[in-house]
Amino acid sequence: MILSEASVKLMAEKAEQYPRRKSAILPALTIAYRQVGYLDDAVYKEISRAIKVPYVEIAEAATFYTMFPKKPVGKYLIQVCHNISCALMGADSLIEYLEEKLGIEKGETTPDKLFTLISVECLGSCATAPMMQINQDFYENLTPEKVDQILDELRAKA
Amino acid sequence: MSFYSPVRTNAAEAASDEKLHLFTYVEDPEQHTVKRYEEHGGYTAWKKVLADMKPEEVIEKVKNSGLRGRGGAGFPTGVKWGFVPKDSPKPRYLCCNADESEPGTCKDRVLMERDPHGVIEGMAIGSYAIGCHLMFIYIRGEFGHCIDRMEQARKEAYEAGHLGKNIYGSGYDLDLIIHTGGGAYICGEETALLNSLEGEKGLSRIRPPFPAVEGLYASPTIVNNVESLAAVPHIINRGAEWYKKLGTEKSAGTKIFSLSGHVKQPGNYEVELGFSLKKLIYDEHYGGGILGDKKLKGVIPGGASTPFLTPDMIDIGLDYESLVEQSSMLGSGAIIVFHEDTCIVWVILKLIHFFRHESCGKCTPCREGTGWLEQIIRRIEAGEGRKGDLETIEDLCGNILGRTICPLGDAAVMPIQSALRLYREEWEYHIENKKCQVKSHYPFK
Ligand SMILES: Cc1cc2nc3c(=O)[nH]c(=O)nc-3n(C[C@H](O)[C@H](O)[C@H](O)COP(=O)(O)O)c2cc1C
Ligand code: SF4
Ligand code: FES
Repeated sequence: MILSEASVKLMAEKAEQYPRRKSAILPALTIAYRQVGYLDDAVYKEISRAIKVPYVEIAEAATFYTMFPKKPVGKYLIQVCHNISCALMGADSLIEYLEEKLGIEKGETTPDKLFTLISVECLGSCATAPMMQINQDFYENLTPEKVDQILDELRAKA
Repeated sequence: MSFYSPVRTNAAEAASDEKLHLFTYVEDPEQHTVKRYEEHGGYTAWKKVLADMKPEEVIEKVKNSGLRGRGGAGFPTGVKWGFVPKDSPKPRYLCCNADESEPGTCKDRVLMERDPHGVIEGMAIGSYAIGCHLMFIYIRGEFGHCIDRMEQARKEAYEAGHLGKNIYGSGYDLDLIIHTGGGAYICGEETALLNSLEGEKGLSRIRPPFPAVEGLYASPTIVNNVESLAAVPHIINRGAEWYKKLGTEKSAGTKIFSLSGHVKQPGNYEVELGFSLKKLIYDEHYGGGILGDKKLKGVIPGGASTPFLTPDMIDIGLDYESLVEQSSMLGSGAIIVFHEDTCIVWVILKLIHFFRHESCGKCTPCREGTGWLEQIIRRIEAGEGRKGDLETIEDLCGNILGRTICPLGDAAVMPIQSALRLYREEWEYHIENKKCQVKSHYPFK
């Protein structure tokens, strides 16, 4: 089993709330993503059992939604917003800075599997730009010093 | 990691100004709890509605208040509620749109994080008005913190008897489901949102039928933005007349503006509609002026889909009508400011990249057209523009505008058309000289 008992329970509860179980697909994907960090066939199959919706319907819907990585990523998925408000405040420089700090290019994962770096569209933090999301957490009003500190803390935690 | 977004707000002003109401308590760290919300008069409007108002009276009141949708289109909220057929045997649904993905917009997040019960109460009143017993809030999946906040608020609202069966002994039942999205801008478009809620891909639907007649599960459905619904309890408590007097004649009420980009003090500011855009950008209580005291070059007034304003156009009131007069739109109230060191081609490239990425792919003009536009604009930006490119861009825009299933296609081309109109020499310079007049590479400090 990839999904934890808690995740399965949460998904099952969600599915009960809706008039139609199929509606619980997206929330179930989110729950799985928050626990596992990515989604793939094996995860879809377990979701299918948890919410009692056919596997194909889950796999089909999931392809549309870009928020979920479809294969394993680093322990920390760094998503930098590259959209306009952040770009005006230096998002491109932030991405370059992270590439240099982590020794990888955008789209890659560090050899120790700790960090994956990608850039994404607006994350609704435009007035606290530039910003990045790492797993569930938002880090805003970023400066080089803050980025250094965040990376150090995550490394220490890992 | 603090739970709250560190975004600047004008909560202090809202707390001392009787007219402002959405932000009054957003800096109170306990406002998200049902207890504190009740202490601040929360759920009295919901009680009043269930005790002494008929659904039609609620609709009438919201109509009379002049409240218009804050999600982008500015459609009168009460009028929309009135479109739900009275005689339909089907259940009715209300969906609160918390997808908040229009670039530049970061206001609904603040309401959900810091005043989630205000959103729930507004949803409840809207539900009652249309005869709905099951309401949804569709929150973009990246907002993990808002999702947790809303889940907690939901739980507390049930425990305190504000939701559930036979609320306050009125005989009215109402349930709430917190639905989460998967990172698709298009799911903020109301028909795509409904497909997504049904567990399908988030593709837009062809209208008619309109959601108010045939929406979620083919039943009458109302979709409203978070901020629109959050205003409703205040209208019930203080009256339609009070609300109507705020703002301008045709644009009633207050609005939260998300101010971002090259200003000294970016933030979310609640002001009356009609508030001066110039003041919002320059006044020390709001934007505080342009970063580095540079010269203003342009403003995107209502989110990434709205046409630009040049510096000579900013001496206007922020209301629906004034922006239309400037050939733009109030949109979601996301004001993005950029200064003189910004290349317009670069700005447009960022925007078209976004729209191309977010096109749901259902109709050809939008799917193919945004792709071609991005290619050409990317080429120009890289200094490889050719003679005739601008005419090709104009032609492509003309073939998308008004020819798509949903407004995303229009949203993608309107900023481009306005940038070509307002900053034409710069595009021409870029193509002729194979480079920018200005460099737009910003450090983050
Ligand atoms: C591409 C696209 C994206 C949209 N995104 C949002 C959004 O994130 N939030 C929102 O409230 N409305 C969004 N809208 C507008 C909704 O379709 C709808 O008009 C709105 O939610 C209605 O609520 P209101 O009447 O309270 O404004 C979007 C529209 C389009 C065409
Ligand atoms: S306009 Fe674009 S987003 Fe809208 S339905 Fe057509 S392809 Fe999809
Ligand atoms: S533009 Fe980066 S969060 Fe909105």
